[in-house]
Amino acid sequence: MARKPLDYEELNENVKKVQYAVRGELYLRASELQKEGKKIIFTNVGNPHALGQKPLTFPRQVVALCQAPFLLDDPNVGLIFPADAIARAKHYLAMAPGGLGAYSDSRGIPGVRKEVADFIQKRDGYPSDPELIYLTDGASKGVMQILNTIIRNERDGILVPVPQYPLYSAAISLFGGALVPYYLEEEANWGLDFVNIRQSVAEARSKGITVRAMVIINPGNPTGQCLSEATIKELLQFCYHENLVLLADEVYQQNIYQDERPFISARKVLFDMGPPLSREVQLVSFHTVSKGYWGECGQRGGYFEMTNLPPKTVDEIYKVASIALSPNVPGQIFMGLMVNPPKPGDISYLKFAAERLSIPPLKLLTVKSILESLRKRAHMMTDGFNSCRNVVCNFTEGAMYSFPQIRLPPRAIEAAKRAGKAPDVFYCLKLLEATGISTVPGSGFGQKEGVFHLRTTILPAEEDFPAIMSSFKNFNDSFMQQYEGYSRM
Amino acid sequence: MAPSIAVENLNPKVLKCEYAVRGEIVIHAQRLQQQLQNQPGSLPFDELCRPPFLFLPSQILYCNIGNPQSLGQQPVTFFREVLALCDHPCLLEKEETKSLFSADAISRAKQILATIPGRATGAYSHSQGIKGLRDAIAAGISTRDGFPANADDIFITDGASPGVHMMMQLLIRNEKDGILCPIPQYPLYSASIALHGGALVPYYLDEKTGWGLEISDLKKQLEDARSKGIDVRALVVINPGNPTGQVLAEDNQCDIVKFCKNEGLILLADEVYQENIYVDNKKFNSFKKIARSMGYGEDDLPLVSFQSVSKGYYGECGKRGGYMEITGFSAPVREQIYKVASVNLCSNITGQILASLVMNPPKVGDESYASYKAEKDGILQSLARRAKALEDAFNNLEGISCNKAEGAMYLFPQIRLPQKAIEAAKAANKAPDAFYALRLLESTGIVVVPGSGFGQVPGTWHIRCTILPQEEKIPAVITRFKAFHEAFMAEYRD
Repeated sequence: MARKPLDYEELNENVKKVQYAVRGELYLRASELQKEGKKIIFTNVGNPHALGQKPLTFPRQVVALCQAPFLLDDPNVGLIFPADAIARAKHYLAMAPGGLGAYSDSRGIPGVRKEVADFIQKRDGYPSDPELIYLTDGASKGVMQILNTIIRNERDGILVPVPQYPLYSAAISLFGGALVPYYLEEEANWGLDFVNIRQSVAEARSKGITVRAMVIINPGNPTGQCLSEATIKELLQFCYHENLVLLADEVYQQNIYQDERPFISARKVLFDMGPPLSREVQLVSFHTVSKGYWGECGQRGGYFEMTNLPPKTVDEIYKVASIALSPNVPGQIFMGLMVNPPKPGDISYLKFAAERLSIPPLKLLTVKSILESLRKRAHMMTDGFNSCRNVVCNFTEGAMYSFPQIRLPPRAIEAAKRAGKAPDVFYCLKLLEATGISTVPGSGFGQKEGVFHLRTTILPAEEDFPAIMSSFKNFNDSFMQQYEGYSRM
Repeated sequence: MAPSIAVENLNPKVLKCEYAVRGEIVIHAQRLQQQLQNQPGSLPFDELCRPPFLFLPSQILYCNIGNPQSLGQQPVTFFREVLALCDHPCLLEKEETKSLFSADAISRAKQILATIPGRATGAYSHSQGIKGLRDAIAAGISTRDGFPANADDIFITDGASPGVHMMMQLLIRNEKDGILCPIPQYPLYSASIALHGGALVPYYLDEKTGWGLEISDLKKQLEDARSKGIDVRALVVINPGNPTGQVLAEDNQCDIVKFCKNEGLILLADEVYQENIYVDNKKFNSFKKIARSMGYGEDDLPLVSFQSVSKGYYGECGKRGGYMEITGFSAPVREQIYKVASVNLCSNITGQILASLVMNPPKVGDESYASYKAEKDGILQSLARRAKALEDAFNNLEGISCNKAEGAMYLFPQIRLPQKAIEAAKAANKAPDAFYALRLLESTGIVVVPGSGFGQVPGTWHIRCTILPQEEKIPAVITRFKAFHEAFMAEYRD
């Protein structure tokens, strides 16, 4: 029988090579079990609202008014919407001729891009050009656009941290490029090792790979580490000398759970370093409304900012953006609101700040913010994992994940092999079936040979944590008992 | 040191692709608009838009893009009510809401929120889209076609375009993989094929027969391509057509289905204009309906249908909502499609909700039905009138012939440019239709897209103009266009 175009064998090989474990085997199995009635705790993806975090009120009010502008004409609108939400809705509607239902400029509404530029300026202390800021349907689309622009063929390499958020490996596969790994040092709190980075580059080049770009994820995903200013400086020097464009995934910049290394953007460090680097190093920075204390994943709002890219390159990036017509307009408004939230003095400020602080507005004395709560959960999870047999876990300095190392006994590894599964997949499946906790095996992110991890989020509600950690510990300790066969206590 | 990322070392597929809908002419128009904002009155044309529009009027009239609400078309009230309630579910707990929103919008919002885990509209959903919404879409497809549809066959996407890209990515392995595309075509297809490194295999629609599709031509193009070593994998059909506006006759559709079946091609049916039909003697039939009516079951024919919330009478372009319905694909292939969809996690939730509303609008007996129907009919009837008015106007101009827009949102008149004009274009280093479009823009502020952006029989010239300016503006548009054209012809007539 003749081959048909959509026979599996006839598909684009690059598509077949793609892996995206975050919604891969474990997630599909968890979904099956959920359908069968089992209670599942989904900790596979950074999806705060799915685990009970409530949306902030002000942005929802503003977007609802923008969706239904006829409300603005109703004399009773002031009864259910505060005046500043009404004013802000009018502000965005004025920026968007045709309202939420029209394609905007392919780069995003100019007024919103200006708000983003103002935010960046305030954050970093350096001016930002709205013309070089493109809004996208989530940061992921922006990452894909940029990688697609860079990768010409299988000899174009992209330096990617290992472990990494597998959007990068998936995109590189899809576009037919080469992933050049650099290993983060687990023993040094997932720090960067420049010796290793240089080695990776040299090795790639010896194989005929042209290394074009370097990805950093700061704060890290899945590893959570926050880069120091010194490290970022060294990175920029490295990119300058090796002629690489730096792709700075900074989507977790609001999620910082320690005080030693606050977030500092790659762009700020670059400009602090002055010329020639500040004028020559090419940089693309990514941000989103999906993370931080907003967690508005479903809106698909994001942006990238280009620094030191030649105008003709920017034109090409614009051209590709225009084929997609425009990013979704509600998501753009969420981005505007995120970078330009209510300020002290605004009617909604108290409520907004209180929600951000996760407390009733009149009880500001007990400080327990969304971010504070995440910090607490980061500690609980790290300590909880470290109390388990054969589990070692670095502290989650930022982002939303915990990435414990599971030291699997040789007999467990053999059992996994017999079951036809990677060892960490085997462990995670057993964990899922025993406890309903759905995680992502470390192999989905990359890890050193023979070292196994899993990624979970720190997002379950604070009050659920003791039960979850205890459930995990019971499973883990009996798994280790089963496969080690004796107690070390 | 040479910059790492410069035009010289960008992905050549990016460099190769083109998208005229927001290309050169439009970029120039935006510059002129900026100029007008800084120096009002500095260009020869008056404002074509005046108050009482709520939003800032544009002095440039963008007729280049199917973007109805940017030119004053109002959204469907019921849809916006439901979306506002879903955006801010707290409203459902307030008494005052009942006086601001219709009762059926409130109950639909509640129903939709009940299908969303945790009522969390801010969470990533299932990568194919929220199950309950896909059920609603499948039900809508089923009602439309009279044949069953399956929620698992549906992938909700950020507009129809990402779905098209996904299919091209799946099918194109190298430059020898070809996709049959109509000429003229909506340039998403040519751009996507270029971006994915494949070969566009053109088949020409026949202008003389109202942009008809001849199977014999299709076959000829296919065999031609194969003889050159191209592996032709799919056939793109846009119905109703863009830019050409024709609605396929049923027997034509049957021939196309048979053709795909016999030649082993995947049928990619762009059906985003399915609710834009302006003639009584034609109606929209989905290709799935045609295939099933012919007796072809699920497994007989791989077929993808694309739909969008951007067109129809709803025109919600900015929401980026749409879906593709895939049937006739094996499980391993569906897994691959799911996998690619999952890398982006999910499409935006507002767009998902809107897709379910569009495929499942108010019905007879619902509280909002009467006003919904009035809005829908008002918009569609007005579009039909505008299509006719502009078609007649174009046909009355010297050297211009314009086929009827049976559907979609565009007119694609052919302009017989005098030789002198063609030479002037050459001297200006522009394609003749781009030269004409640029002159039109500079004299009148009207922005159209040159036919070369869509493909045309070599030596013929067209422009694509939307039928979307508000009805009361159409006479002014016609007057200005006529004045420009007559002056142009006077200047360049042989």
